[in-house]
Amino acid sequence: MPIPILKLHNYLLISIQTEIDDQTAIEFQEDLLDKIHKTGASGVVIDLTSVDIIDSFIAKVLGDVVAMSDLMGAKVVLTGIQPAVAMTLIELGIHLQNILTALDLEQGLIKLHQELGV
Amino acid sequence: MTPQSFVTVYKEWDIVGARQIAREMAKELGFNVVDQARIATAVSELARNIYLYAKEGQIHYEVVETMNKKGLCVRAVDTGPGIKDISLVMQDGYSTSGGLGAGLPGVKRLMDEFDIQTKVGEGTTITTTKWVRL
Repeated sequence: MPIPILKLHNYLLISIQTEIDDQTAIEFQEDLLDKIHKTGASGVVIDLTSVDIIDSFIAKVLGDVVAMSDLMGAKVVLTGIQPAVAMTLIELGIHLQNILTALDLEQGLIKLHQELGV
Repeated sequence: MTPQSFVTVYKEWDIVGARQIAREMAKELGFNVVDQARIATAVSELARNIYLYAKEGQIHYEVVETMNKKGLCVRAVDTGPGIKDISLVMQDGYSTSGGLGAGLPGVKRLMDEFDIQTKVGEGTTITTTKWVRL
């Protein structure tokens, strides 16, 4: 099942609500880049509040999609990472450096505003 | 859920199935939310290794109990190519699949006990246990 991508002004909002398998993650990557291209969005918030596991593969896909979006000129903020997920990721050895994060969707949008200077 | 069960991993979706069972069992055993995430993530890594390198294998789950503690023992068994150099795969950042190379050393950190038995051409068995913190 594809992950819905919503457009709000010049931002794209994504809330990942389902268990993500590898295929869904890859499709999401392609969908998001395509949507950035089509809408000319300058900022993206990916909300992970409902995600209770991020393993190394999903982390790689997320890290990659941030870098890819950046290449296209769109800033991505990851929001709502659960405490258990944050602990597990670091213990796993995944640091997701150079990635913008925020506590929740609201803070994420504020961060995007600051980053984009609008 | 019986105290002992297993899932076969041979397609991508089985990775999700394997980690969901792990989380369910961990929850039933009384692990806290963080440990549930640790166990589910470790199982996800093990199942992905099977899927990527051995194509097919099983994840076995077993509730283990001693006099003063209980835990969940997860065994990943495959008859794949085996691992030539264990010290290499236990290095952080080593990967032959273009991944993050967080797999096995990460699993070891997430769990309490970790053992790997492998023979080139015969397969690999990884046994790892997490104890419920009392």
